[in-house]
Amino acid sequence: MRDLYRNQRAMRNMRRQAMQRGVIAVLDIGTSKIACLVLQFDGPGQFRETDGVGPMAGQSNFRVIGTASTRSRGMRYGEIDNMAEAERAVRTVIQSAQKVAGVRVDHIIACISGARPASYGLAGEITLDGGKVNEEDVASVLAACEAPDFGRGREVLHAQPVNFAVDNRSGLSDPRDHAGNRLACDMHVLTIDGDAAGNLVHCIRRCDMELAGVASSSYASGLASLVEDEQELGAACVDLGGGTTGVSIFIKKHMIFADAVRYGGDLITQDIAKGLRVSHAVAERLKTLHGGVEATGRDDREMIELGGETGDWDTDRRSVSRADLIGIMRPRVEEILEGVAGILDAAGFDYMPSRQVVLTGGGSQIPGLDQLASRILGQNVRIGRPLRIQGLPHNATASAFSSAIGLALLTAHPQDEWWDFEMPSEAYPARSIRRAYRWFRNNW
Amino acid sequence: MQGLNPSNRPHGDPSRHAPNRPAPARPVAPQQRRRDPAPSRLAYRLNRLMLTPLYRRLLHVGLPAFLAVMVAGIWLSDEDRRASLTGGIDGLVQKVQNRDEFMVRMMTIEGASPVVDKGLRAMLPVELPASSFDIDLEKLRERVLKLDAVEAIELRIKPGGVLSAVVTERVPVMLWRHARGIELLDKTGHRVASATSRDVRKDLPVIAGEGADKAAAEALALIDAAGPILPRLRGLERMGERRWDVVLDRGQRIMLPEDKAVMALEHAIALVRAQDLLARDVSVVDLRMGNRPILRLGLDAQNMLRRARGQEEIPTGDSADGDRAVASNNKKKAG
Repeated sequence: MRDLYRNQRAMRNMRRQAMQRGVIAVLDIGTSKIACLVLQFDGPGQFRETDGVGPMAGQSNFRVIGTASTRSRGMRYGEIDNMAEAERAVRTVIQSAQKVAGVRVDHIIACISGARPASYGLAGEITLDGGKVNEEDVASVLAACEAPDFGRGREVLHAQPVNFAVDNRSGLSDPRDHAGNRLACDMHVLTIDGDAAGNLVHCIRRCDMELAGVASSSYASGLASLVEDEQELGAACVDLGGGTTGVSIFIKKHMIFADAVRYGGDLITQDIAKGLRVSHAVAERLKTLHGGVEATGRDDREMIELGGETGDWDTDRRSVSRADLIGIMRPRVEEILEGVAGILDAAGFDYMPSRQVVLTGGGSQIPGLDQLASRILGQNVRIGRPLRIQGLPHNATASAFSSAIGLALLTAHPQDEWWDFEMPSEAYPARSIRRAYRWFRNNW
Repeated sequence: MQGLNPSNRPHGDPSRHAPNRPAPARPVAPQQRRRDPAPSRLAYRLNRLMLTPLYRRLLHVGLPAFLAVMVAGIWLSDEDRRASLTGGIDGLVQKVQNRDEFMVRMMTIEGASPVVDKGLRAMLPVELPASSFDIDLEKLRERVLKLDAVEAIELRIKPGGVLSAVVTERVPVMLWRHARGIELLDKTGHRVASATSRDVRKDLPVIAGEGADKAAAEALALIDAAGPILPRLRGLERMGERRWDVVLDRGQRIMLPEDKAVMALEHAIALVRAQDLLARDVSVVDLRMGNRPILRLGLDAQNMLRRARGQEEIPTGDSADGDRAVASNNKKKAG
């Protein structure tokens, strides 16, 4: 935990440095697409009071000056499969984003979608010495959370205090200066596979970039596509990506659960390629242009030319009806959604006050998906598009970019993590001056 | 197609196999080597380097500037090229300056005496016709103003290539005799010309003594005020660069004070009118003390007085005795 604390602290400092310099890039490494946004932080002075633009949780502080996205290479299930290929893809996207922005970017915040995320809810409790909560007590109660055995090779990606309770008053977001004898907190910890995270860090380092933060992709897309009320009242964000399907659950503006299904849109493409015996590229084209999940009578008559470049005339001149295509796609989509439903069940989503499900990510653009999803995930399902941020070009406003945009929002308005608080004084090696000071203050 | 088959081959041989034809190759799609869109590591690093503001400025501004300076330096390092370059530029400038529109063909001088006219023409630094760029009017004007005879000059180049000079000459109003010769002065006391003798300008009054030219205005006022004694006036003499003596014929002198000299002279003239002072044997009328004119008697008058008193007469003609006599006389006066 000490190492982790130091690493995350270093990344936080890097982020602060980048913000001072004014330019930072966010990088969403997905299985099918890599997107990079270059953000310029102009500070809060950019809008006047009369413009009607409030602070907006830091969203008015920055604008996007460069956007690039490219096909991902060397990735599988949201993890790096082939390091050299992935590095090439990252280089491509960073270079083109820099070209658009016209500035050199040195700091990058990345998000990782796969790597087998696992959520833990931790609880900690301390007795208050002074009868009042001060900053050190907050740090102590976070440190007092009992960490279970995460397993070998697991790294903590997020450790966010979700709830504080002083005596019997629960649901506090900021317990400082509350009077009481007992401070308890709930912390949500998201761990991922350490090797996968290390690969990502290594890949970015090889591109001469400084890593200024890592976030979970499902968390970021939840930030971008859930509106404020949904985050407050409780909602699940389902990010239908290429290789993974991320699920994150929010309540009271905190993420309380995140997980990912290890299959996604690429599997649908694969099914089409196998079922219709076409190449992967052709299958992808069929899926995006003609795909769907709800077949109607008209779809039987709508014939789709398969095309292709095999060189065999008979093979390249085949045509299938759209109903056939839907017949291939639908079971796979159902399987993905059932995986999501399994995760939501495991997370206890049924006990949430508002069971809103928001579908986002590139897979959410399949026509008729919301009807199918409402049959599997519950009645409150909508297709979510990411929040609009300043300077974002129109072709990057699609739902496939929701995790990149969410990462930009997270950069502008970072969530408090455990390592943002001062390390409790007991944890310092050797007896520090602070402890002596505290002893003096308590005894004199 | 009979010709293609050999005619002598027996047809319908059952033991002969069908010709072993290989299956035609499947048409291969043209193999296009798709270029890897990813930049190489070197290209990526170079790209990032170029986006660094310092390097960018260095390359976009510094390198072209350096190249330009280097090429110019190398080109100019050769003596011949430098000479040809300066020669070319000079030739171009010359060509423009020597255009017909800029040429000055003649010089007109107004209001100058023949001597000044000649001097002025000699002073022109170039021979006409010359380009107006070569004639520095301001410098020429300064040089001409150094001529004593010229008071003011107005130089301009008129359209049509005429250099016009309007000269105002100094008018001599008096002669100044000093140790180095005789000079003509204008009313401000500025030298106009030298004169060989006083007879050159008999109409002008004469002043003498060191520093007389600096008080020329006062001298003119005195001469104007002289009135009845003007016919007898020989000139004015500056004494010790501070006051005037009016020198009359018959060795008579009127000594004027430093200030209010004109008033003192008028006083003397009043005395002359009232008592016919100068017709008597008076060698010096001393008006240096304002309220008390002092007369110095002539030698004859002194001897006459001495004779009347029965004193010894002052011998005349011997300069040494005369001097002593004057000295003793002065002593007596002082006593």
